[in-house]
Amino acid sequence: MADVGMTAMTGPRGAKPRKTLSGRNIMLYGTLLVVCVYYLLPLWVMVMTSLKGMPEVRIGNIFAPPVEVTFQPWVKAWAEACTGLNCDGLSRGFWNSVLITVPSVIVSIAIASVNGYALINWKFKGSDVFFTILIFGSFIPYQIMLYPIVILLREMGIYGTLWGLIIVHTIFGMPILTLLFRNYFSAIPEELFKAARVDGAGFWGIYFRIMLPMSLPIFVVALILQVTGIWNDFLFGVVFTKPDLYPMTVQLNNIVNSVQGVKEYNVNMAATVLTGLVPLIVYFVSGKLFVRGIAAGAVKG
Amino acid sequence: MVNSIEVKDLTLNFGSVSVLKNMNLDVAEGEFVVLLGPSGCGKSTLLNCLAGLLDITDGQIWIKGKNVTWSEPSERGIGMVFQSYALYPQMTVRGNLSFGLKNAKVPQAEIDKRIARAAEILQIQPLLDRKPAALSGGQRQRVAIGRALVRDVDVFLFDEPLSNLDAKLRSELRVEIKRLHNQLGNTMVYVTHDQIEALTLADRIAVMKGGVIQQLAAPLEIYNRPSNLFVAGFLGSPSMNFLKGRTVDGGKAFQFGSTKIDLAGYEGGAVLERDDAILGVRPEHITVSTTPVSGPSIPAEVEIDEHLGADSLLWLKAEGANMSVRVPVEGRLPAGTKVHLGLDIPKASLFDAKTEQRI
Repeated sequence: MADVGMTAMTGPRGAKPRKTLSGRNIMLYGTLLVVCVYYLLPLWVMVMTSLKGMPEVRIGNIFAPPVEVTFQPWVKAWAEACTGLNCDGLSRGFWNSVLITVPSVIVSIAIASVNGYALINWKFKGSDVFFTILIFGSFIPYQIMLYPIVILLREMGIYGTLWGLIIVHTIFGMPILTLLFRNYFSAIPEELFKAARVDGAGFWGIYFRIMLPMSLPIFVVALILQVTGIWNDFLFGVVFTKPDLYPMTVQLNNIVNSVQGVKEYNVNMAATVLTGLVPLIVYFVSGKLFVRGIAAGAVKG
Repeated sequence: MVNSIEVKDLTLNFGSVSVLKNMNLDVAEGEFVVLLGPSGCGKSTLLNCLAGLLDITDGQIWIKGKNVTWSEPSERGIGMVFQSYALYPQMTVRGNLSFGLKNAKVPQAEIDKRIARAAEILQIQPLLDRKPAALSGGQRQRVAIGRALVRDVDVFLFDEPLSNLDAKLRSELRVEIKRLHNQLGNTMVYVTHDQIEALTLADRIAVMKGGVIQQLAAPLEIYNRPSNLFVAGFLGSPSMNFLKGRTVDGGKAFQFGSTKIDLAGYEGGAVLERDDAILGVRPEHITVSTTPVSGPSIPAEVEIDEHLGADSLLWLKAEGANMSVRVPVEGRLPAGTKVHLGLDIPKASLFDAKTEQRI
């Protein structure tokens, strides 16, 4: 061994050792830790409170874990809490939200992706003007359009129905989704599109057989944007539907703000977590794809 | 014989910008025409018009005796090969080859037959079930050519097909395309900015600039008798030497600085006496001699001598102008040597400096 050591080059070799407890690392991970705690604390309080009974809630130590774990607040929030005359909890709102979100997401993404595809690959006279107007639409505050849309829906005879709300969500999703898809499709080489045309594929043939299979990431992004956006929507839900058809967010608000009787904080917390669960799950399942797709859609444009 | 492609008065404007101007081009059946020019000259645009991927502003396009000016790309009887290969990434090679045929509702048995034939010609049988991402650049371009091949069309359009390949593959595939042309006998229109590709592949070259065909002729004709200054300067590396001077003695001689060059043997039109003329001589059409030669010669001094392997380049100063001369390796001379240049007048080109046209 000594002999080998003599002939080999002396001095350090290989990767440079790094101190784990350097000042830089302490700063970095310390900051990250503080930020994590800051964002997780409200969730902690909510979940803990929702697992306590009312007597324990009244003690007031909101950070403490429950002494006696109870799921009664969750059951009540889901199935028994009263808003007005309905006493079937959030479940009604949940199913309303599902009935609103699923068709809105599907229809808006279907239309917007075709829009983006047509605007990039099948430019027509005035297509740029059309696109500009569409984008301009996303800068107009919603409040300005609320009442006109109410009148419009009333004249169409669908005011207060789920379909009215679905149409509204679809239209309001159009600018940002079209922009998203247009930018993504613009990054797909034009020669691919030309080759498909020489190969005799038409508008729909190229869309379904060439563009769609190459665009999964951006569809995931659009899906997440729309699911969370529409699920979390409150304004349109409260304006364009009737109490029977209120989405989950509106119903949550009504439960939390009901003034009769005791304020049941544990039930309110459980109801809030339940309402936020869907977007949360969507983020967890597709977080990685989301970031990748956002980056892909944002670079060009 | 009917022409394979006829372009009649083709004009294309993008807004107020005129990209192609009143263009006429006839391509004979089985002919290999190369569109050559610097970027932005409209050569790829012209090819896209032929393919039907761009709507033209005015004029007509005929392919195989049929007016296809308003036809869809797939109805024109053309196959196209792109610079970036443009293979469908989610399909296998087989899927790529059969995509167009399936769109055209060709029976499956016929599809299989044509794919087998194309794969054999291009030697891509082992690759048929791979995705494009698993292929090298050269293999991808073969598949792209195969996609044009299976369409069983008369006209092939190539849009800078070799530009994305490295130098070695490029020369290999160049030879292969030439072989393919000899074997199939299709009409081919080929866009490139590479003069070597143009000179080696073409039956005729169309040199383009500013949306206008400057000269359309056989490669050697273009190389030896360029019709104007642009064509003369664009082809050849290093480019042709341009000597500015005037013609004297009733057009029998060219006055370059203090040297009078006899134009006897010049192959061109009536030279006449012109105050502004340019004599173009290619580097390989000049002889260098260290001793004074009989007859008129240009005195010059060697500035730089470049060794190219097979031969050498001498960069000289003559009458205040820079010139390059190609000499054999043994003819190399050190910098500072005083020499005399003799010009091969029958192979030279004379241009009018004002119109820039060949005289």
